[in-house]
Amino acid sequence: MRHPVRTLTGWARYPRAESRLVCAETPDRLPELIAGCTDYVARGNGRAYGDAAIGLYQTLAMRGLDRFRTFDPPSGLLTVEAGVLLADILSAFVPRGYFPAVVPGTQYVTVGGMIAADVHGKNHHRDGGMGNQIDSFVLLLPEGIAVRCSREAHPELFAATIGGMGLTGTIVEATLRLRPIESGWIRQSTIAAPDLAGLTAALDESADASYSVAWVDCLSRGAALGRGLVFLGEHASFADTAHLRSLSTKTKAGLAVPLDLPPKSLNRLSIGAFNTLYYNRGASRVGAPRYIPWNRYFFPLDGLRDWNRLYGRRGFVQHQCVIPAADSAAILPEILDRVARLGCASPLAVLKHLGTGNGLLSFPMKGYTLTLDLPATPTVFTVLDAIDRLVAISGGRLYLAKDSRQARETFEAGYSNLNKFRELRRSIGAESRLTSHLSARLGI
Amino acid sequence: MAGQKVLLLVGATSDIGHAVAMRYAREDWRILLTARDPARAQRNADDLAARTGADVTMFSLDILALDTLATFVDALPVLPDTVVCVVGELGDQTRAQADPEHAGLVMATNYVGPSLLLGILAERFAQRGHGSIAGVSSVAGDRGRSSNYVYGSAKAGFSSFLSGLRNRLARSGVRVVTVKPGFVRTRMTRSMKLPPILTANPSEVAGAIYEATERATADIIYVRRIWRLVMAVICTIPEPVFKRLRL
Repeated sequence: MRHPVRTLTGWARYPRAESRLVCAETPDRLPELIAGCTDYVARGNGRAYGDAAIGLYQTLAMRGLDRFRTFDPPSGLLTVEAGVLLADILSAFVPRGYFPAVVPGTQYVTVGGMIAADVHGKNHHRDGGMGNQIDSFVLLLPEGIAVRCSREAHPELFAATIGGMGLTGTIVEATLRLRPIESGWIRQSTIAAPDLAGLTAALDESADASYSVAWVDCLSRGAALGRGLVFLGEHASFADTAHLRSLSTKTKAGLAVPLDLPPKSLNRLSIGAFNTLYYNRGASRVGAPRYIPWNRYFFPLDGLRDWNRLYGRRGFVQHQCVIPAADSAAILPEILDRVARLGCASPLAVLKHLGTGNGLLSFPMKGYTLTLDLPATPTVFTVLDAIDRLVAISGGRLYLAKDSRQARETFEAGYSNLNKFRELRRSIGAESRLTSHLSARLGI
Repeated sequence: MAGQKVLLLVGATSDIGHAVAMRYAREDWRILLTARDPARAQRNADDLAARTGADVTMFSLDILALDTLATFVDALPVLPDTVVCVVGELGDQTRAQADPEHAGLVMATNYVGPSLLLGILAERFAQRGHGSIAGVSSVAGDRGRSSNYVYGSAKAGFSSFLSGLRNRLARSGVRVVTVKPGFVRTRMTRSMKLPPILTANPSEVAGAIYEATERATADIIYVRRIWRLVMAVICTIPEPVFKRLRL
């Protein structure tokens, strides 16, 4: 069967690459489908930012595997096919009083994608990442054999697949644990910090909070370098929200970016104005906690559909690094200063605490993670190369789900289990069959 | 659960059928599903139960096995409150022109089977004094066109059957709804290029069926309203002109 050639990109719309799209429709037909595939990788909802979900020759589109399989209310264990969206899990289970233990910054990701990237949420410092809430999954190895992996069964495949960027096989279905919640509301408190030291201190002091995340103003320099707002969150109890509509937090359809913005729309002036307004508005809300719906706390950007068009057709890069705690006081200001001098980092900059990761290639490590959106231009790439060197010196690394441009040296320096991962790929015959643009670029 | 309403969904393997069952399950209905191949449809049944917690039961039913239809209805654990039939077969027009067996299959699947099954249920509903019946027909049944008249004529027959049934049962407490979805984005149509404004999602079709059937908003529904206009225009073209068009 011929498969159509498509030009694919990640969410950041940079880079673009052609790949043959092979559509998975049912789990039972998947083995025969991959038997005819070479240099392929699975693709969920295309929300990895760079080239992780673009197969070098073929790309296995997994959204057709979108059925739920079983749910056990007492344990909260939910089994779904890998192409199910987190958004579907939330819309089915928030009204029933359950919430996933880990959610990333968008709900438009598939379960398979969340495992492959070992995504982290605003509670990583306390609860760990996606790997911690996964009980088991079925992995279809490149030779066509399906194995159920868990901490007990095939633990080495389990550890390699969590955060393994789809390079150990194709995740067919997964069992994850949902937690009971009493309401769909989040009790949010805000802390304003006038500089970076204040911001990291506020994050450190709120390590007990269930959820924490900081917004950073990436344009302010000098004494105000790294000023920002920390948003802490707790699931509101039933009693807390008696005056609100408890589990029901239905919201309007939301706005969309209707067209690709011209290249210079996001500049020092427009972003600076936004950042100042945003900081002052946040600072005025310090004090009494507010109750906001779960989707606005966890997925503020999902409210703006197609926001990746803000950067125009040329696309952008999302740069997410983690800096080990010990070096963060020296390295973070240096990175932020370089970014502030560039003057084009978007208002969507985020600083978070991370705990340790799960998988061989998992991104999280104990420290701070900084996320920046920048236009995909040569100047930006030069500055990011320099920033990557700082990350490597600190012993940190870059998130593969966001990456589209890091050098092999940065990658190899950051991921110490790489050789073990490569060895496992060789042993299951994945090395010559499963290839994404990311794995080809970085030599995974 | 006492007082819980029961849906019988005929054609559980189809994307539209799955969406309809999901819509009713979200309203806390008990769901009875039928499929010719229950093993294949089980994936949809599991999806319904896991997402909504609904009580879902699967039955094997071949709508072309006409002599089994009454027995099937008798064997149901309970007479449903609503039945929605989404069974259909697009077939291949060119093949149907040369192959009477294929044409017969298309006619039987779109007209004979669904009409007879809904007819049996209609009698039981009328005896009981209440119940709702929704049949998924097609805009293709509004006027025969060269590109799909075998399918279209069968759907026309089905639409007429539903129309007559509705007329007869209007005073008996039994509702009959004719559904004309227009283009729908399903596995069957995924490779086709469909005009977005004329194309509905399965969940949209399901929502329209639920509204019309349970809230009594309409007897004949065109899921995308624009289809009513499109088909009205197509139906008013005089035959001497129409026969020369390539449609």
